[in-house]
Amino acid sequence: MSRLPFYLLTGFLLVAGIALSIHRHVQFEVPWVPGEQRQVWEIESQVTFSAQGGPVIVDMALPTHQQGFRILTENTASSGYGLSFLEDQRGRRAQWSIRQAVGAQQLYYSAQLLVTPDGRVPETPIPPLPRDIVWERPFDTAASQVIERAHQRSADSITFARELVRDFTGDRQGENARLLLTQFERTPLLVRLLNEAGVHAREVSGLLLEDGRRRQSLTSWLQVFDEDGGWVLFNPNTGEQGQPDNLLLWEDRGQAVLEVQGGNNSNVSFSMIQHNQPAAAAVRNQLADDTLLNFSIHSLPLEEQALFQTILLIPIGALVVVFLRVLVGIKTSGTFMPVLIALAFIQTSLITGLIGFLLVVSVGLVIRSYLSHLNLLLVARVSAVIITVIAIISIFSVLSYRFGLNAGLTITFFPMIILAWTIERMSILWEEEGPKEVLIQGGGSLLTAVLAYLAMNNPWVRHITFNFLGVQMILMALILLLGNYTGYRLLELRRFKPVTED
Amino acid sequence: MRSWTSPAKLRAKGIIGMNRRNIRYIGRYNDRHLYPLVDDKLKTKLLAHEYGITTPALIGTVTTQFGVKHITQMVTGLPGFVIKPAKGSGGKGILVIERVEEDVFIKPSGAHLDREDLERHVSNILSGLYSLGGTPDVAVVEALINFDETFAEYTYEGVPDIRVIVFKGYPVMAMMRLSTAASDGKANLHQGAVGVGVDIASGTALRGVQFDRSRNDHPDTGHELASLRIPGWEMLLTLAASCYEMTGLGYLGTDMVLDREHGPMLLELNARPGLAIQMANGEGLRPRLDLIERQADGADVAARVAFSQRHFARSGELQPVPVPVAEPCPA
Repeated sequence: MSRLPFYLLTGFLLVAGIALSIHRHVQFEVPWVPGEQRQVWEIESQVTFSAQGGPVIVDMALPTHQQGFRILTENTASSGYGLSFLEDQRGRRAQWSIRQAVGAQQLYYSAQLLVTPDGRVPETPIPPLPRDIVWERPFDTAASQVIERAHQRSADSITFARELVRDFTGDRQGENARLLLTQFERTPLLVRLLNEAGVHAREVSGLLLEDGRRRQSLTSWLQVFDEDGGWVLFNPNTGEQGQPDNLLLWEDRGQAVLEVQGGNNSNVSFSMIQHNQPAAAAVRNQLADDTLLNFSIHSLPLEEQALFQTILLIPIGALVVVFLRVLVGIKTSGTFMPVLIALAFIQTSLITGLIGFLLVVSVGLVIRSYLSHLNLLLVARVSAVIITVIAIISIFSVLSYRFGLNAGLTITFFPMIILAWTIERMSILWEEEGPKEVLIQGGGSLLTAVLAYLAMNNPWVRHITFNFLGVQMILMALILLLGNYTGYRLLELRRFKPVTED
Repeated sequence: MRSWTSPAKLRAKGIIGMNRRNIRYIGRYNDRHLYPLVDDKLKTKLLAHEYGITTPALIGTVTTQFGVKHITQMVTGLPGFVIKPAKGSGGKGILVIERVEEDVFIKPSGAHLDREDLERHVSNILSGLYSLGGTPDVAVVEALINFDETFAEYTYEGVPDIRVIVFKGYPVMAMMRLSTAASDGKANLHQGAVGVGVDIASGTALRGVQFDRSRNDHPDTGHELASLRIPGWEMLLTLAASCYEMTGLGYLGTDMVLDREHGPMLLELNARPGLAIQMANGEGLRPRLDLIERQADGADVAARVAFSQRHFARSGELQPVPVPVAEPCPA
């Protein structure tokens, strides 16, 4: 009989399980450890304007996934307005509309952003160079001189842009620059000059993130296109190249951030708050990209997720039972009864659970010993024990509540039918083999339950089983391998000791 | 004193652990569909009858709760009897009544039971309390065994039985189980019965254990175990070996008793025999099982018994005999 298919199967399960887990870790940035904190920014933008009494359309640019940031959730609040999200060559935008509105209006948009070390850089089209840029006198000479000066001291688009911006900042600000700044806004001016020199450039709007700031507005930044490296960001005021870590690009297509039709005095202001949240929670909030490989429990509604969190732990309990029985040789009463008791412990907490279990089982055993005198049929007797268990649990709940021990109320989480069967088996065991065997098996069951509880209640184990479904395959492979173990059990080393003595 | 040993030492001794027994022997040599033959004692009994193997006389069976009331009727006039669940395991639910005085049933321990106790026990059996998996069961009532007087000094209250492990039809290891006060007259080692390893060649005692620790005498009668010798040993081995043909199970535990009048009798068969027999023999099963695995199939019962007697001969550690220990020689 060849064992090859067996090893192929376990090998496949192991490899597939590990590969799936690594895929999830890499692709979805699900961390291996639950304690890992991720920085999350909560940003709220408030659009205010006065409506003129007619139809209103508000069109606002929205941030996208970008370098350094990933959008987790978005919400809007806008009573009475219709809302749609558009995505076209102008970028991602929200459009609110209403047939009739009068007076001061407020619209809200909020987003949660996860700070990530990397992230996709959105691919944006290169805008065509505007033709025939016309300068009025005397700005035309000033502009051409500024361009000429920067051109001579540069080698390519990027160095040209850097030199140009420097000419408009600080000590290097020349006469020509000062003249131009009297007529034009700084950033549009720079874009205009760059375009004139044949360099693709645009003005983008960004938000500098600082914790707890309110009523912030967007700042304008300069983006220059480099043939080799894509868009490069410049600070138009300092000439610094590159994107600061705390800069969120809100609008990156060179379009207007806010356009309001049918209203005036429009304004958009931002408030932001930063908090750290466990990575697991951050993961949960990620907008699910519903692909096949993203087959995850997190696409289910929250309530079902909570249910699965428990269900996915059961294989861990089963592994503990298999380990203790196959490798250690512990006797338990009922093979998987300890797992169910351990599940109850998770609800009740360990100490309360242990006390509750011992109370219910010992009182149950006393009552069961009376029932055995009644000479009942088995099914009827076990049913009677079930009702007894329910009675015991009710009495303990009421008593503990009266004494102000709220922990006692959690005793209701125990699986009552399992408890009844445990009592029945223990009672038979007592009659047949005596109290010693009851202690051995009962103790073994409790020990197994406690170990299973410790394994299942471990935050890391909970995190891993819930977030990495591949782990289930690994568990399956481990259990299959354990099922193939023909060596000695730990307790057999003690049992067979006398044989080796002579 | 350290109470743990190392796996290497156990392996050197050829000891088989639970996991190995389950996967390597039971899993490989015992077909699942044959289990009912041995898990149901009534079936075993009928099958044994077909093959001409003697078993304790069947008094009757109780199959319905309605029939429970007739149990006292069934046993009227009998000096003693045994009630067993047909699908019980590990000696669970076996009730031995040694004497009946008017309406009182007396167990070997002297405990008195009345009619109601008896009925409740039968009812429990039918409900499946003692059966594997809790399935509904049948109560089997058998005649009490009149065990051979030669063992009277070696046992307390119960009937001593002989367990022979039969592997592929070859008897590989044997032990006698002597009930004690601690085991409540039952011959189960984990309940405190004394296990005595028995030489396959001669049927003489090798060494004794109780609660997994070695012993030289019976704890209750005080009789030394060294002089224990099973009469009609070869016949008993033949009986055990022929259970292979009867059941088709490759790894089998046969439990037998010696009756005063009927000689060796098959009490029950076990498809999952325990490992304590290694303790009683002070030797592991593995070298013997390996040797049998190398033998060709098809040998008849007599040839198999002769092979085993030739290869598994040993002299007891209990006897002060100056003969060197005969090691099993390779095939």
